[in-house]
Amino acid sequence: MIELGTQSDIKLINEDGLRIDGRKFNELRPIRIEVGVLNRADGSAYIEWGGNKVLVAVYGPREAFPKHTQNPSRAIINARYNMAAFSVDERKRPGPDRRAVEISKVIGEALECAVFTEQFPRTSIDVYIEVLQADAGTRIAGLTAASVALVDAGIPMKDLVVGCASGKIDGKVVLDLNKEEDNFGQADLPMAIIPRTQEIVLLQMDGNMTRDELEEAVELSKKAAMYISDLQKEALLAKYKASESEKEGERSE
Amino acid sequence: MERKIVLPGEEINLEGMKQGNGIYHENGKYYSYQMGVLQTYNNYANIIPLSGKYYPVRNDRIIGKVIDIAPSFWIMDIRGPYPGFLHINDTPWKNLDQDLNKILGIGDTVFLKVNEITESRQIWLSLKDAGLRKLEGGHIVMVQPTKVSRIIGKAGSMVNTIKEMTGVKIQLGQNGVVWLDGSADKVMAVKKILKYIEKEAHTSGLTDRVKKILEENKGD
Repeated sequence: MIELGTQSDIKLINEDGLRIDGRKFNELRPIRIEVGVLNRADGSAYIEWGGNKVLVAVYGPREAFPKHTQNPSRAIINARYNMAAFSVDERKRPGPDRRAVEISKVIGEALECAVFTEQFPRTSIDVYIEVLQADAGTRIAGLTAASVALVDAGIPMKDLVVGCASGKIDGKVVLDLNKEEDNFGQADLPMAIIPRTQEIVLLQMDGNMTRDELEEAVELSKKAAMYISDLQKEALLAKYKASESEKEGERSE
Repeated sequence: MERKIVLPGEEINLEGMKQGNGIYHENGKYYSYQMGVLQTYNNYANIIPLSGKYYPVRNDRIIGKVIDIAPSFWIMDIRGPYPGFLHINDTPWKNLDQDLNKILGIGDTVFLKVNEITESRQIWLSLKDAGLRKLEGGHIVMVQPTKVSRIIGKAGSMVNTIKEMTGVKIQLGQNGVVWLDGSADKVMAVKKILKYIEKEAHTSGLTDRVKKILEENKGD
């Protein structure tokens, strides 16, 4: 077996410039977003992004507990990223690990850039991100769904946060890596922006890239993020359009 | 200005109107900060949110549940970001020697009003006004706080229609808690109607549609 993260002779891009799943270098995997999937949560969303399946629930603003976490001038955002035991090939040991704690932190901070936290002093806004199936790019899928769930919960926000990853495989910069490309490629660059202002709220890199390649990857991600932002808006509006189309049906009866 | 659903970050053209609720401005432009329906009222452009918690306003009549008892006041869950406090002096009960637990126990439901909101967002409640009381028996239905005005309707037209046609006693809390009392089947029918209004709140001609449904179900 080939060890993960090491150089191998697997060809990730073929002679026609197509990747192993048939995508072009700037092509996204199919994305589907659904809003309001959970009844008990204040807001919720479900996203399918290629092989990723992520469920997000939002609660709050509510009194922050334990009390010492409360901030007298603003709300705290309490994001929890969690991978299900069955989300990956080999069973993932349940519970938070070093990776999950880090991802929870960066997602929480990215969302904080968009939420008007100063409107709710001493409260917490809890965001639970459950990865049901993982196929590379789960933090960005989780963050994209989380901002949709926050809007569904009626929480005041500057704009939706939207993310997209790009990376480097076989020496070429490509958009939205899948699991094989992530494992055997040279770099992975998850990124999230606030579309209206083009502000970058999350940027991490795993692997190596030159300065020019990094700039190319950021531009590629930005363009894709603007497209995903439209999908987010469509999903939110669809929740309220559904009832209107039922009404149309009533009329035609 | 046309009524339409807006999303956070969407630019709002005020068309000479003043900036109302749900709108923020940045670099001289105005944007929505909530998902809601854009409406104008008294020359103000407002965004009426489609979802969200209850944000207390003075003199709102709400339904709260006792969650804890302190030496001289009750702590109530009012479905908002902060708990509400009901002091013994703001109730009709005078006997201060009595154990508070004997007057209102944990889990009891009370119809009350918001008396005062302090700068540090402490919410003080009151039972001293006509119609405010402890609610005994009946059923509780939760709806979105933002949809309560739709359930009331213009000058109470919607809620009065439901009351008249079903005979169920209804007490509406501004915080989205609805107390119903009547025969079990009628209460279930009203609950269904409330959920229907909640789902269709942003559409027009709702009172007539509700009337039609109620009339259809009268026979059962």
